[in-house]
Amino acid sequence: MTMPFYVSPELLMADKAEFARKGIARGKSIVSLECETGILLMAENATKLNKIGEIYDRIAFAGVGKFSEFDQLRKLGVRYADTKGYAYSRDDIVGHALANAYSQAVGEVFTREPKPLEVEVIVAEIGDDRFEGHGSNAIYRIKFDGFISDHRGFCVIGGEVEDIETILRDAYEDGMPFEDAARLAHRALARAPNGGSELGAESIELCVLERSRKGRKFRRFTPEELSATLGE
Amino acid sequence: MAIEATYKGSSFFELLQQDHPHLLPRFPIEPGADTSKIPHGTTVLAARYRDGVLVAGDRLATEGYRVASRDVEKVIATDQHSLIAIAGAAGPSIEMARVFSVELEHYEKIEGESLVLEGKANKLSQMIRQNLPAAMQGLVVVPLFAGYDTRRRIGRLWKFDITGGRYEEANFEANGSGSLYARESMKQDWQEGLDRDGVLRMAVRALTAASDEDRATGGIDLERRIFPVIRFSVEEGIEAAAEDQIEAIYREILQERSAGGTAS
Repeated sequence: MTMPFYVSPELLMADKAEFARKGIARGKSIVSLECETGILLMAENATKLNKIGEIYDRIAFAGVGKFSEFDQLRKLGVRYADTKGYAYSRDDIVGHALANAYSQAVGEVFTREPKPLEVEVIVAEIGDDRFEGHGSNAIYRIKFDGFISDHRGFCVIGGEVEDIETILRDAYEDGMPFEDAARLAHRALARAPNGGSELGAESIELCVLERSRKGRKFRRFTPEELSATLGE
Repeated sequence: MAIEATYKGSSFFELLQQDHPHLLPRFPIEPGADTSKIPHGTTVLAARYRDGVLVAGDRLATEGYRVASRDVEKVIATDQHSLIAIAGAAGPSIEMARVFSVELEHYEKIEGESLVLEGKANKLSQMIRQNLPAAMQGLVVVPLFAGYDTRRRIGRLWKFDITGGRYEEANFEANGSGSLYARESMKQDWQEGLDRDGVLRMAVRALTAASDEDRATGGIDLERRIFPVIRFSVEEGIEAAAEDQIEAIYREILQERSAGGTAS
């Protein structure tokens, strides 16, 4: 009887993590920022394939890494939320439950499957003023191994995010007006803290969750609105 | 509820069929059961006009000869540009409208683009067809579907039969127990290029005519201040007719009558 080669769990996990990290680092980054009117999500994306999407009334999704994999996660989220919202009520769909479900699903693939998912996702949820105790925003980040964290103010996913985080940390303020937040996100993605970015509006994807909208709060910016916002 | 799903497509109705069959709106009913004990909705109508389409419905639901509810809303916005008006068994109809609006939203989110108006009408007809066994036992779901076609830039409307048969109507249509009278009234008043005030007047007159002749259709109730639900689907989205405007038109009709004019 032949014995399989022994590989220690530490080595196995480290290998998988290394593999996933490399895959994600090849892609572009996404930033999510809280602002006065809501939460904005901005991706560096020159393609027509969307990286940011609507999940439910108050919840948006953003993913980096392998498109087919994170888009599959997005669709799973829409199916989960629509089914649950139909069975119970629209107000029963909350961000942390979805973020948890993602974390479980991604974590399970990481431990069980030979190939981990090469993705990192954001679940952003805008607060609901109608309900006591649900008024504040939430931004969750789920990593390729299912590790979940929540963020206040801003959150960055993708490869080599340190310089983006540094720019945001220096310039971000609580309750920034939307236009300022959008320009800051743009500068951060272009890694140009003082402006003069090389990143044109045509390679930007911008979506927002707007507190003031009724019902579905998600809105995608058209190319015209985007150029106007970024002041080009 | 786990996030895994075996269904991979973009239809919510099919997602329920495959992964959550217990959530499907299904109405097992014995042959020969007395369906008159189940609340029924009565008169709804839709009409095309200059800016889009109007959809209206009275507020009464009946169980046989009894009033089940005086203030049901039978006109339901299914998305930004479409409306459904339900006549027939109230429970199944409202449930179908609910699944249908999730269906439209679900498709839009999964695919990143809305269905065109005709695609929506087709989807609705497939869902009505699924209800055929219940319809044969008396749980009839026969909605009107109408909306603003954002590509062709016109209002369009469809009626359905219990087998899911889908018929596009050119100008106006009514459904439910009072539909005969509503349709007759609209035939007198409808004309090409009606503006919003004109089509509103036509709708109030038609609903009043229906409630006059059909005991199951609710009239405008000034004592309780219950008015029909009247919605417009236009380029900008869905808009509602103001109650005081409906009331003003209704009072004019009453005045005409007491002045010894027409009986309509």
